[in-house]
Amino acid sequence: MDASIKKQLEITACKIRMGIIEGVFNAKSGHPGGSLSIADTLTYLYFSKMAVYPENPDFEDRDRLVLSKGHCAPALYSTLAERGFFSKDELKSLRHIGALLQGHPCIHIPGVDMSSGSLGQGISAACGMALSGKISNKPYKVYTILGDGEIEEGQVWEAAMFATQYKLDNLVAIVDNNGLQIDGKIEDVCSPYPITDKFEAFGWHVIEMNAHDFDDIERAFNEAETILNQPVVIVQKSIKGKGVSYMENNVSWHGAAPNAEQYEIAMKELNETLKGLEG
Amino acid sequence: MADVIKKATRESYGEALAELGDKYENLYVLDADLAAATKTGIFKKKFPERFFDCGIAEANMMGVAAGLATTGKIPFASTFAMFAAGRAFEIVRNSIGYPHLNVKIGATHAGISVGEDGATHQCNEDIALMRTIPGMTIINPADDVEAKAAVEAAILHDGPVYMRFGRLATPVFNDRETYKFELGKGVKIRDGKDITIIATGLMVNEAIEAAKTLESEGIDARVINIHTIKPIDKDIIIEAAKETGSVVTVEEHSVIGGLGSAVCDVLAESYPVKVTKIGVNDVFGHSGPAVDLLKEFGLCADNIVDTVKKTLEK
Repeated sequence: MDASIKKQLEITACKIRMGIIEGVFNAKSGHPGGSLSIADTLTYLYFSKMAVYPENPDFEDRDRLVLSKGHCAPALYSTLAERGFFSKDELKSLRHIGALLQGHPCIHIPGVDMSSGSLGQGISAACGMALSGKISNKPYKVYTILGDGEIEEGQVWEAAMFATQYKLDNLVAIVDNNGLQIDGKIEDVCSPYPITDKFEAFGWHVIEMNAHDFDDIERAFNEAETILNQPVVIVQKSIKGKGVSYMENNVSWHGAAPNAEQYEIAMKELNETLKGLEG
Repeated sequence: MADVIKKATRESYGEALAELGDKYENLYVLDADLAAATKTGIFKKKFPERFFDCGIAEANMMGVAAGLATTGKIPFASTFAMFAAGRAFEIVRNSIGYPHLNVKIGATHAGISVGEDGATHQCNEDIALMRTIPGMTIINPADDVEAKAAVEAAILHDGPVYMRFGRLATPVFNDRETYKFELGKGVKIRDGKDITIIATGLMVNEAIEAAKTLESEGIDARVINIHTIKPIDKDIIIEAAKETGSVVTVEEHSVIGGLGSAVCDVLAESYPVKVTKIGVNDVFGHSGPAVDLLKEFGLCADNIVDTVKKTLEK
């Protein structure tokens, strides 16, 4: 990847992380850990990969993204705001009464392609969108992001069979493998490992990716585009809470908001990161 | 009555999809390995490229239908009522109901008349479950003519629709030439001043038969067919309560949460009268021939006649 493009993506990702903290802090609830782990992937998709149209969000031939791990809505909202689908001010009223931004993604929000949040369901809707594209010979791609804990849901594997059956090569699933779910390490709760072998056995093309390296992210998504006649899953190795030191790899930040002091520390760290990138 | 034509509404469903497939090019059909039983196989034969078998995976099927609907297609997701409303309830609620997507659910093999397969497959809870989902339209047609008309009405309605069809062949009493289906409108099949029998689905014909018997015994019973259970036709129910004083509801469904409950909701709020509910009385069914089961569970004209008389005696 061109160095200047890479730096620009890193700057954008940092701003998106600030938006995540802003949203969760103002909501006094929400899920920062898993939001921060997918921030770079969302940045790449919305700023470098997907054909999306903030001025015409429902454009028929747009690429689509279903956030199957819907609790990480702060990451999607912050990305959509950064991309211009709605004002960044909306992040300050996330989860408030009367606010545009609901606790989990809602299809009526500009740029949100599907309501989601009940785990395991988004991937099925993504399959439906991809199937529709195949039926009608549409050029669009469908991306869906799942949690590594989420794939414990049986519906994910129903969808995995379906996507292979109908050769949905316009579908790319991303499994965010940050290794932690609410009750602890995924291997201690009810292990979904080995993730790559499982998807391979279900007939998917599997790509592994470092979720916090834009060169590797680009390599993975470019490879995904070359695969024909089968769906692709990118298993991304990520760090839960990435970018905020005290949140990294700490499961207690799965679903908790920072207090005022913690908010200041997080924003200071991210501001320093931003300064370092821009300087 | 030897020349009464009988047909299962699941058959009507499959035929209607195949007939309407030419007119509505946006119509797609999904099934979960039950195309032979739900009769979507009739559509599949005519439009193989617009039929997608999802395998025995109803949860995913509902999600796929939701995804298709976001792109402007009109998917009919088909399986037994037990799995459509039961197993897949939460997907129907969150992936179809909450985003208010234009998905049509064709649920066959509803109620006790599934017969020999027994309790695991006799869904007496689906209307109750679907009624709780905001914005869900529920249609429970009474015969072949109404079922076919309901399928087209569902296509023309923008939003999620749950349609309930039966396995058992039942009399076709509506006149194909003159019948008009109006979504959300009850049908006064027979006027009467002494009492009103409000029925839905397969029980409408039983109610008509019961009214004939009652007439011969000097009781003038009104019969109303509620094919659209949600949104329900409040006016026709309130008018009946005012004009006939008491109401008996009949449904092949649990007495909890179905037509009887919906009628009670309307009347308790607007015009309280005595309501007696005929339905499955909070028990599971069991195996047996459908017609015998319907009799055993009181879902037949004889029991309607008895219940009406008892209601009037009180």
